[in-house]
Amino acid sequence: MQGVIQATMDFVKQYWAPLVCSLAIVAILPLVAGYIVLVERKIMADMQARLGPMRVGPHGLLQPIADAVKLLIKEDIIPDEADKLVFWLAPVLSVAAALLAMAGLAIGPAFQIAKDINIGILFVVGVSALGIFGIVLGGWASNSHYSLIGALRSSAQLVSYETAAGMALVCGLLFAGSLNITSIVQAQYDQGIWFGLLAPVAFFTYLVASIAETNRAPFDLPEAESELVAGYMTEFSGFRWSLYFLAEYTNMIVVASVATTLFLGGWLRPFPRTTWLNFLDFLPPLAMIGVAAYCFMRTPKQPARVQQMFMLAVAGLCLAVALVLAAPLVVPAVKPFHDGILGAFWFILKVSLYIYFFMWLRFTLPRYRFDQLMRLGWHFLIPLSIINVLVIGIAMIVGQYFNLTGGALLLTTIPASIIALIVALFILASEQKSEPQKASAAPDSYA
Amino acid sequence: MANDTITDLGEKQKTLLGADELILNMGPQHPSTHGVLRVKLKLDGERVIGSECMIGYLHRGVEKIAEHRTYQQFAPYVDRMDYVAAVSNGLGYCEAIEKLLMVEAPPRARVIRTILTELQRIASHLLWLGTHALDIGALTPLFYCFREREEILKIFEKYCGARLTTHAFRIGGLQYEAYDTLEKDVERFCKAFDSRTKDYEELLTQNRIWLGRTKGIGILKAEDAIAIGATGPVLRASGVKWDIRKAMPYAAYDQYKFEIPVGTTGDTYDRYLVRMEEMRQSRLICLQAIENIPSGPIMAKVGKVLKPPPGEVYHAIEAPKGELGYYVISDGTVQPYRVRIRPPSFVNLQAFDQMARGHLVADVVAIIGTLDIVLGEVDR
Repeated sequence: MQGVIQATMDFVKQYWAPLVCSLAIVAILPLVAGYIVLVERKIMADMQARLGPMRVGPHGLLQPIADAVKLLIKEDIIPDEADKLVFWLAPVLSVAAALLAMAGLAIGPAFQIAKDINIGILFVVGVSALGIFGIVLGGWASNSHYSLIGALRSSAQLVSYETAAGMALVCGLLFAGSLNITSIVQAQYDQGIWFGLLAPVAFFTYLVASIAETNRAPFDLPEAESELVAGYMTEFSGFRWSLYFLAEYTNMIVVASVATTLFLGGWLRPFPRTTWLNFLDFLPPLAMIGVAAYCFMRTPKQPARVQQMFMLAVAGLCLAVALVLAAPLVVPAVKPFHDGILGAFWFILKVSLYIYFFMWLRFTLPRYRFDQLMRLGWHFLIPLSIINVLVIGIAMIVGQYFNLTGGALLLTTIPASIIALIVALFILASEQKSEPQKASAAPDSYA
Repeated sequence: MANDTITDLGEKQKTLLGADELILNMGPQHPSTHGVLRVKLKLDGERVIGSECMIGYLHRGVEKIAEHRTYQQFAPYVDRMDYVAAVSNGLGYCEAIEKLLMVEAPPRARVIRTILTELQRIASHLLWLGTHALDIGALTPLFYCFREREEILKIFEKYCGARLTTHAFRIGGLQYEAYDTLEKDVERFCKAFDSRTKDYEELLTQNRIWLGRTKGIGILKAEDAIAIGATGPVLRASGVKWDIRKAMPYAAYDQYKFEIPVGTTGDTYDRYLVRMEEMRQSRLICLQAIENIPSGPIMAKVGKVLKPPPGEVYHAIEAPKGELGYYVISDGTVQPYRVRIRPPSFVNLQAFDQMARGHLVADVVAIIGTLDIVLGEVDR
């Protein structure tokens, strides 16, 4: 008995931080995902000359909570012909994979659940890819043709684009020399330049592939609402549906975090070792003060008293965050702790911009057709990413030979990237020549 | 799904990998069948190897209703056919009955009719553009299109009090005089509209994905289009220069200069370009028309009770979706003996099977969109 208690105490002592972090992820992430949806709807509304959600709370700010409540109390419908067990399991699998992938990520040096696992990136990529089982099984279990087609599309899409994404990640890993997330960021600090700048083609490839992997427009074929009603989610409703939704948005955060870690310097500020850019460290508190001031100025213009109170509250919150961010200027003792918070600021900013880019594309571009998507993947992105790994590797060896580090590496990697692009475009052009318009015209066998 | 029993889609065909065919029921409740069209697709994987359109879910017996209403009473019913182009429907009906009565609307009425009908054409095409783009996955043009369409609907509302099913015209002319600022409103809309069409074009016309999704999709050859009797932009995009506004001018179209855009290949992209150009031409017609609206009466001398002499008449107009024809037989009483309506959507929909065959499921929605059908009109 004593031994068990002792063992439990030891366990808690050793793992209290990851436990708290994982609880926070499971408890807070649904809320974050809900607010990402709200932000997406607001951005979409802004681009489409309308207001978006305005009814629930000031400027619709409580909309995600209202939606969540609505989804939770909805009737739980399972189609008669569905495979009940798989139907039940599929969304859970999807969301579990997405949440599990979050465990390997680090928002700052201090905020990580699975601390310093040496296969960090590999773990995240591998586990998040497991989410596809939820989609395929869900589509299969619903026993609906739309769902089935959506599921098939999704699996084909993931297989194609995971290759390109993986190859793109390899480029970043070549520079880092490690799969460990902390080491990757540290390597970018040592080089003084983000890997995204050293290997722009790899970053671009990963960007496109990650959109396809998370089933976002213009690659949202598995759930293409105008073709397949809702694709694999067609037969799902209520809470199960919201689990899929949570998985999708969590996956967005995951791919954005991976891209940020590997290509955008993780929690480092832009050009972390360029001293004349040191003023950027003051940017976060200043930005928060700016937002607070804006809210404060807008307060008298709000028509209702509730809205005024709300604006004041937001201003206060921003000021508080600014104070936390600016604390070490006053109290130097908290500096180490503060670096973590500053890092988290940069990390979240980069992830937000990455996700914003996803949204921007979604509202701007039409949807690819399935065969076009496959052609883009297999005929362009995969050759491009493979060639890119090759030429970046050569560029690194050349760089080592001439003892180039940091920004000077650009001298070799930029020409290498250009070569990779040209070769890939050449391959694309020659393939288009060899099979003229096969997809757009009806094949003869059906004529 | 037990849909195999309803109708047969022909013999079992050879599939690419020797797999079973998949019968997919699209609609009548589906986000992109534009109402209650039901399409049964026979698929090999995602490739369409056979299709069948099933209609009638919105059948209201409009033609039969006509036989039990007086000529004036039936006029509002035609608004409910192509409900996104109610003004055009009304124009066709009123002119058909005027032909039967052998009266002509006064010049002022004809010009105002032309202005409103052309605005309606723009509104109808805007709705088509928005929904078509939405089907292909572009979310944003829909809202821009609705923004402009709203302006047109506001003009209708100011003119006759209704926005959608307007019943704007009467047999013999107009019931309402043009309101004071009609010209100004139309001019303001036309001025703004020019730059706004450029917005849509920026989003779509040169977009690589848009080109990939529309070029070479749903090709309808000119002879096929003529054979099935397709009209409107569907016919013109196949390269046939046929527009009733030019061929058999009605209302005041003989007074205005405008071009008839035609396509070359008859694919979805051509139909897109043709409709875009038609909107610009309609805008020019409106601008020409408001410059000089003749004064005078707005109503010809027709009695309170319409009793056309026995006889029959066919009158067709170029509605936004194609040739909208009314074939009316009068037996000399206050009610028509028979009204046969030739709806453009119904006829154009026949092209669906030959356009869709061999394409993918995703193209099916593009083809439904590009045919620009309104089920209220198909089913009547």
